[in-house]
Amino acid sequence: MSDSEPEAMAEADGVPSTKLPPHLELRRTRVLCKVDAPDNTDTIQYSGAYASLGHENSLRFADFCKDFRVDITRISDDDMELDMVGVDPSIANAFRRILLAELPTMAIEKVLIANNTSVVQDEVLAHRLGLIPIKVDPRLFDYLSENDTPNEKNTIVFKLHVRCEERGQRLTVKSNELMWLPKGSEFLKTSESLTSTSKPETYTSFTCSQDSMPEFAGNPIRVYPDIIISKLGFGQEIELEAHAVKGVGKTHAKWSPVATCWYRMLPEVELMEEIEGEKADVLKQKCPAKVFEIEDLADGRKRATVARPRACTLCRECIRDGEDWEKRISLRRVKNHFIFTIESTGALPPEVLFTEAVKILEDKCERVISDLS
Amino acid sequence: MEHTSFGDQRNATFSFAEEDHTLANALRFSLNQDPQVIFCGYSIPHPTKAQVNVRVQTTDKEARVILKDACQGLMQMCQHIRGTFDKVVNDFRTKNPSGNHPSQDMDSD
Repeated sequence: MSDSEPEAMAEADGVPSTKLPPHLELRRTRVLCKVDAPDNTDTIQYSGAYASLGHENSLRFADFCKDFRVDITRISDDDMELDMVGVDPSIANAFRRILLAELPTMAIEKVLIANNTSVVQDEVLAHRLGLIPIKVDPRLFDYLSENDTPNEKNTIVFKLHVRCEERGQRLTVKSNELMWLPKGSEFLKTSESLTSTSKPETYTSFTCSQDSMPEFAGNPIRVYPDIIISKLGFGQEIELEAHAVKGVGKTHAKWSPVATCWYRMLPEVELMEEIEGEKADVLKQKCPAKVFEIEDLADGRKRATVARPRACTLCRECIRDGEDWEKRISLRRVKNHFIFTIESTGALPPEVLFTEAVKILEDKCERVISDLS
Repeated sequence: MEHTSFGDQRNATFSFAEEDHTLANALRFSLNQDPQVIFCGYSIPHPTKAQVNVRVQTTDKEARVILKDACQGLMQMCQHIRGTFDKVVNDFRTKNPSGNHPSQDMDSD
């Protein structure tokens, strides 16, 4: 009994004893794109899925660390593309969902309209203002709860006061007309009797000016500059105050820090046989994404090669013309290789957004762990 | 978080409030990687309620312990991903210096 125990332990620890045969390995790691539909799209997560073949399907942390890879193809101020290799779709999708719905930003939530004689109705105007991205790091602010009073730690106030003064002219109001009020609201509350207290109350209670905070000194809070808010005719006027608060994308999309964020699996194009001569030309012509190139062989023959598999959109145009073509070309997707694109709206640079998203998933795990302990 | 288990601690359902596919699907993956898990799955009982139930059945350890391990595994994975990503971004920046820092440059044009 005691002799057999170490072996049993080794098995439980998941020592891979055999490799999977190639046809199963292909189905485990690739989506096969057939002419009518993609085949074999699911990922096999269960550790004992191949137990009868003596193959351990679980991923050990050391192996994960060895195989996991990130490659960056492009970073700019507001978008980035990266390859994430060696993760399960459930993890990649968790990051995508967090980026879209659970990363906080600041967005205009309350609009106090003093005067609006434009053709855009108050509620439509307020909605348009809400969607304007605010370029400020949301980590510097707190959430405004229901019973909180708006203060300098949870609210940003903007003022908009425009009037079309020229006869026969149209004035286009753009988002850069929104002026940041670091000292808070300037509108007085009218409900209280003005004579009773010494200081008239406004809609916010800031204890200090926001531009005295080190984060904002010499770095005023701005919004994305050239979004059209409304157009004014002669004599029309808008006077309002917009209060921005912290929130997350699942409450309303205006709080989403990304314009969008998506991933696709890496396409893989394999030629199952040599494609030569006229057929090679036909194949090159067929592909709208220009995946194939023709290479000249020494004896004057031409042969098709897969030059840019990454450009493949899996339109399947190349395998549409009868069974012959289906046999010649195999279109696949690599199940654990994700080409991730993040388009930021400007509050935070895309690489910071990604790290913050990973941190949020960590926090979720930590919360569960502390609940269980 | 609620935890229901009748008698046998190896089989349990955990109910998470204010969670959705984001955590549950990632957790299911992490749990499935553990050879001690016989079955695991999750369900969202009602689409408008922010609640998810995770079912775990194990060979001999308590389901609670296994779930905790799975969370720890997932967290370790995240930390590794974050570390690798930060390193790659830094390498990319040193290789392609672009003068302006996006976090400082607040103008879009």
